[in-house]
Amino acid sequence: MRVPSSAAHKPASHKQATALLFVLPFLIFYVLFLIYPGIQACYLSLTNSEITGQGRFIGLGNFAELMHDADFWGSVLHTGYFVLLTVVPNTLIGFFLALLVVRLKRLRLVVLAAFFLPYVLPVSVVTTAAIWILDANFGILNSLTGINISWFQDPLWAMPSVAAVTIWWTVGFNVLLFIAGLQSIPQEYYEAAALDGASGFRRFAHITCPLIWPVTTLVLVLQLILQFKIFDQVYLLTLGGPYNSTLVVLLYMYRQAFQQNRGGYGAAIALVLVVIITVAAIVQFRVLRASRAAT
Amino acid sequence: MRNQRVSVLSSLCTLLTVVMALAWIFPIYWIIVTSLKTEDQTIQLPPSLIPWPPNFDAFVYIFQNSPFVRWYANTIFVSVVVTFFSILFALMCAYALSRLEFSGKRLIYWSLLVGFMLPFHAVAVPLFMMMNQFNLVNTFAGLILPQIAIPLSVIVFKQFFDEVPRDFRDAALIDGAGNWRILFRIYLPLNWSITWAMAIVTFIATWNNFFWPLIVTNSTPMLTIPVGMTQVQSTYGVAFARLCATAVLASIPTAAAYILFQKRVTQGVMAAAGLK
Repeated sequence: MRVPSSAAHKPASHKQATALLFVLPFLIFYVLFLIYPGIQACYLSLTNSEITGQGRFIGLGNFAELMHDADFWGSVLHTGYFVLLTVVPNTLIGFFLALLVVRLKRLRLVVLAAFFLPYVLPVSVVTTAAIWILDANFGILNSLTGINISWFQDPLWAMPSVAAVTIWWTVGFNVLLFIAGLQSIPQEYYEAAALDGASGFRRFAHITCPLIWPVTTLVLVLQLILQFKIFDQVYLLTLGGPYNSTLVVLLYMYRQAFQQNRGGYGAAIALVLVVIITVAAIVQFRVLRASRAAT
Repeated sequence: MRNQRVSVLSSLCTLLTVVMALAWIFPIYWIIVTSLKTEDQTIQLPPSLIPWPPNFDAFVYIFQNSPFVRWYANTIFVSVVVTFFSILFALMCAYALSRLEFSGKRLIYWSLLVGFMLPFHAVAVPLFMMMNQFNLVNTFAGLILPQIAIPLSVIVFKQFFDEVPRDFRDAALIDGAGNWRILFRIYLPLNWSITWAMAIVTFIATWNNFFWPLIVTNSTPMLTIPVGMTQVQSTYGVAFARLCATAVLASIPTAAAYILFQKRVTQGVMAAAGLK
């Protein structure tokens, strides 16, 4: 903050004070509860702090330990698997549903609400519905179809089931973005193409697909960042089991920091996840931009 | 001939859409229906799709045997306070960033983008340690304070304020109005719809927040609904009607907010994603 030296600057300093008055309330909370803990997390990752107190500086000790921590690498792998099962399918299903919804006239708002409603529910409600419907013995899915799979207790099916629940919960958001994208495509393009005798499929392939690509890119990037942070659903549905088959990075961080009382180690895990997400998002963004330039 | 084929195809598409929508909404329907059954009816085979007469035992049981009312009050309090202050502070900050000249402005704007990228989970450990140090674990302050600063809201409001013609402000300044009046008498009314939209979306997100309340509370009377309902569920064992009744109660505020303000929620979600 510059302090004006003479009375001539008074209006400027007055302006500065007014502006600070407007900015400060937000800034105090922002710095105190996000920026400062963010910096603190970097320092913590270099210590052996317990969650309840101060620890010793141990340099890169936590990261060295992480390198040889089989459970950690397992959790990275499982998170990657979850990302694979959700990001692209959730985007494609969202696009497909948006194509269906956008044709409607009178029914549009009602149908859109049906796809979007799960998104506004608390995650514990979503998982309650999943636990009940997919219950191995009494769930309506198994009892109506005669399938005999314990969806969340079978190591093979646990992660795909968590992914399916996640898609049911969050696809509405993607539908919304795709509808906005579809509506912003000028109707005249389709009319002109129809006059030229382009078939429905060709209109879809040569008008809809290229013009919706920016929205697709946005959805894919948002999805990638979001799904790497998977925690709630796994915590509520499987707690990482069976046999750690759904142990994801943030759940491992939660276990280490809040259950094993290893704050420093937990902070290190969180930092590695931030790096992974950042790198993945940048790579994905580059690839998507390159593929757009190629078409 | 061709037109006929197209219209048949179009009807089939509409039919498919409606079937998909019904399938998507079915789990919600199924929770509601199950909550109105007796425990015996829930495991009956074949399951009845419309239980009649409805039975409210599960709801009565929850209210009598768990602190659900207390949790409800907690969650309403936390969500309302967080929504009010996060919107108020975001509006003020956005106004300054959009319309006032001061040193440090660019730095603040760039730091917002950093904060927007920084996942909350990454700061959970140091944040909890801080709360613990100041004895704020299991308090309303501990629940509320870290949720108030939402960089995304500031970014959205700034974009909307940037589009208000500068003449409006200049004219008001000449008439002697201060910045405070200009914000709340001109900029806010002009942007009512996006403000409401962001407020509703913030309320829903705060109500639904699971991760932070899970970490910062563990005493039964301080839990919020999304965390508390899982605690009672684990004590029920196999009692699906009660399970579903907790889910129905937990969903009412956010589902109602969406159904009543569908357009506003849509607008808020889109603005937050960077599309207007």
